[in-house]
Amino acid sequence: MSTTANQKAGFGSTLWEYLTTVDHKKIAILYLIGGLFFFLLGGLQAMLIRIQLISPDNEFISAQFYNELMTMHGTTMIFLAAMPLLFALMNAVLPLQIGARDVAFPFVNALGFWLFFFGGIFLNVSWFAGGAPDVGWTAYAPLSIFSEGHGVDYYAIGLQISGFGTLMAGINFIVTVINMRAPGMSFMRMPLFTWTSFIASVLILFAFPALTVGLFLLTFDRLFGGNFFDPEMGGNVIIWEHLFWIFGHPEVYILILPAFGVFSEIIPTFSKKRLFGYSSMVFATVLIAFLGFMVWAHHMFTVGLGPIANSIFAVATMAIAVPTGIKIFNWLFTMWGGNIRLTSPMVFALAFIPTFTIGGITGVMLASAAADFQYHDSYFVVAHFHYVIVGGVVLGIFAGLIYWWPKMFGTMLNEKLNHWFFWLFFIGFNLTFFVQHFLGLMGMPRRYWKFLPDQGLDLFNLISTIGAFFMAAGTIVFLYNVIVTQLKGEKVSGDPWDARTLEWGIPSPPPFYNFKQEPLVRGLDPLWVEKRQGNGKIQPAEPLGDIHMPNNSFAPFMLSLGLFIAAFGVVYQGSMWVLAAIGFAITAGSMLYRSMKDDLGYHIHKEDLEKEGDGSNG
Amino acid sequence: MKGWMSRIKAVFALSVLALILSGCGEPFLSALQPRGEGAAMIMELMILSTVIMLFVFLVVMIIYVFVVFKFRQKKGQEDHIPKQTEGSHALETLWTVIPIILLLILAVPTVQYTFALADMNPEVNEEGEENEQIWIDVTGKQYWWHFEYEGLDITTSQEIYIPTDRRVYLSMISDDVIHSFWVPSVQGKMDVNPTGNQNEMFIQAEEEGLYWGKCAELCGPSHSLMDFKVVAVSPGEFEQWVEDMQGVTGEEVPESDTAQDGQELFSDNCLACHAVGSSPNKVGPNLTSFADRDKLAGVFDFTEENLYEWIDTKGENMKPGNMMVDAPYDLEEEEIYQIIEYLMTLSPSEITPESAENGVYQDSDLSNLFPEEEEEDDEEQEDENDEVEDEEEE
Repeated sequence: MSTTANQKAGFGSTLWEYLTTVDHKKIAILYLIGGLFFFLLGGLQAMLIRIQLISPDNEFISAQFYNELMTMHGTTMIFLAAMPLLFALMNAVLPLQIGARDVAFPFVNALGFWLFFFGGIFLNVSWFAGGAPDVGWTAYAPLSIFSEGHGVDYYAIGLQISGFGTLMAGINFIVTVINMRAPGMSFMRMPLFTWTSFIASVLILFAFPALTVGLFLLTFDRLFGGNFFDPEMGGNVIIWEHLFWIFGHPEVYILILPAFGVFSEIIPTFSKKRLFGYSSMVFATVLIAFLGFMVWAHHMFTVGLGPIANSIFAVATMAIAVPTGIKIFNWLFTMWGGNIRLTSPMVFALAFIPTFTIGGITGVMLASAAADFQYHDSYFVVAHFHYVIVGGVVLGIFAGLIYWWPKMFGTMLNEKLNHWFFWLFFIGFNLTFFVQHFLGLMGMPRRYWKFLPDQGLDLFNLISTIGAFFMAAGTIVFLYNVIVTQLKGEKVSGDPWDARTLEWGIPSPPPFYNFKQEPLVRGLDPLWVEKRQGNGKIQPAEPLGDIHMPNNSFAPFMLSLGLFIAAFGVVYQGSMWVLAAIGFAITAGSMLYRSMKDDLGYHIHKEDLEKEGDGSNG
Repeated sequence: MKGWMSRIKAVFALSVLALILSGCGEPFLSALQPRGEGAAMIMELMILSTVIMLFVFLVVMIIYVFVVFKFRQKKGQEDHIPKQTEGSHALETLWTVIPIILLLILAVPTVQYTFALADMNPEVNEEGEENEQIWIDVTGKQYWWHFEYEGLDITTSQEIYIPTDRRVYLSMISDDVIHSFWVPSVQGKMDVNPTGNQNEMFIQAEEEGLYWGKCAELCGPSHSLMDFKVVAVSPGEFEQWVEDMQGVTGEEVPESDTAQDGQELFSDNCLACHAVGSSPNKVGPNLTSFADRDKLAGVFDFTEENLYEWIDTKGENMKPGNMMVDAPYDLEEEEIYQIIEYLMTLSPSEITPESAENGVYQDSDLSNLFPEEEEEDDEEQEDENDEVEDEEEE
């Protein structure tokens, strides 16, 4: 049986609750913890990279270790930090925004998390097993085929496992949005965060299979004598690049679209205005997603595809700037004439607009195929994608976390510390990455363990490293804030920001069944509608009745653990095949258990619900 | 509000200062100081796109600054409810159409230059005749570069000599993993792929000079140490260099006894991988003009200590992961010095990287390099190249 949020539980039972939970709000917290852990790990790796590059010809770390750090920084930040943190937000918010009691498949939701978690842990075990992957997060063949040790095996199989989890999460959100919307919540009344998460999930559905196939071929090349990418045996290395970027480019939009969604929630709330051009925002999101699949070869302009292919992909890439521009202007005009409150989430959103515009600008410059011959694989590209991913996705994640923190935990992060965090991080970010544009144009290629003295690269590298320390300091302030806030545990109301969407119409944190009665949605920004036209409370769409809830299950954990154990057997083979047998047996057993056992869930009875107050935010 | 502004001003002043202090990088390395046709074309495109994009940025920032300052909540207005604007078709059309126009302005020259940079047809001179093409086969290896001059019977490694009066065409392939050939101040980069994916590009230097080349695709631990040089010399100097290089057989006997001993040791221990004189052997770098090189192994100062350390340790810590560590030789200290003495005699030509930097210009039309009777060969060569292009287009 589930526990209610404010019941004091022992450590053991809390742990068991989280290991077995299928509640989207608790899974959100799991994603948050996992994502933050890997974010700190990736940040630590970044700090070591920047310390190595503080001065020319530095011998702080070895070339091999540098390559491992650089590979794991990219892989960790993309797959194990940014995506889970976005999933944390989606899980915490999306069902509440559409008035659902949970996601469509709560069991699969838990399974998705545990697969991500064990995949990420497996990848990082490589540090202690003879060395992490050392071929860049892109793992270009044949370098990834020739790479010695087991690092790349850990990469291929670790990402495969966590990729399954991501794919499941994506499918789950698609079905949730299509099937679980409350009465009145039509598609064109959905909040933008729900829209962008929905579209990002569609992108996951179509993009991740390309990665799955690529990793599958890579695994076979490395472990089972395949020759897909070995040029000596007639394999073709360019196929890996295509497969990787057919996944890799939409991946960028999988990350940035939900961040767009976050800002599209925060800006209207703190401008006290509805989103300007809502329908064109939705249209732009869909268009970006669609075009996102047409442009992967702009990562490959220097591969030698020829001028025809390069020109087509150049023009297609430039086209994406149009819907992105539409979004920027819509945000600006949402604020136009508004009543802007400079709360910390809003400050993040305001910082995002110029930084993301710079990232978009350099994106268009990179799209120019001929000019890309200079930019490609230089620090210019490093600067560009950090402006997009840190200046867009990471700012979006932190803005979202601060904004929805009260909804997730019922507490409010300290505003003063939030502003300190912001300024340290934002100044550090610009110091670190702005000069890197110039480093690249001045002739510094990316993924360089060392740069040489007397090449005019010293000063900007030093500035860049100093900036990194500011970012680290900012992150520490944020962590301190989280710890202090949670220890104090001061509860806030259900709607501390005076917001507009459905999730703010219920208590913080919400009861485990979310909505006592299914809400009735009477327009875009339902809570705002009720505040202006009703009594400020969300109206129910049904009389009070029994609520059907799913049971907790330990199967997702076991199922993922089985794959984790089996993965070692697959990597080491020989006598280690025993591990694979054990692991697959655990996984198959868990699947069998899940299939054979009738689990019909349970009901919360109407009488119990009546005792708990009216469940609204009043 | 004041604190805000002064903070922004301080950051701005700092970044401007930093920019002025370091300019646009070094002329031998920076893409911002183009010294060749390709880099100059790309620079034009970079400037055009930067101007267009700065315009966009300015528009965004003007609206942004206005909005943030004008519509920030004022004291006593906490409860003010602004008008809930749904949107504006006119405005939305405006910021859809204008970006499309701006992008078209950028797209046209982009396509034009993308094709121009991929043009491998011979240049046409003032009299309307086609120039003879110099083709160089480039091979990327972990972690060095190999160059064979087609039809000229010259092989070099790490340094590529080109005349300043014309384009030099490269046909590029890798022997192991993917590398990328980049000489920022002369030309953009092109990947060097293993078997089956041969790439072509041209390089052309407007001015004599010693230009740094870099590997731009991650290729292993010593990726950052895979530098090479483009030695751009005047046509006359190039012609002399070609003649000098063609004369090397590798069997020249050096003058001093130590060097002769060194040569013997070299043939016993090194020749299996390293050739002197034109040779198809590219297991290790070709050493024909070794003593003239600007840098040792592409990145190290050319000193006896460094050279000794390299031969003694097989470069194990100097270039981590390099293939020479597997070389089976085992040499005494004295023997290494003898080999060094021999290696230092490998200077077949007056034309060295210094000639690229001393400002002496010697003219020539390079016609000596392309004697009449070889023309047929050249044509065949061109046909082959055409075929390769055709295949690529398919």
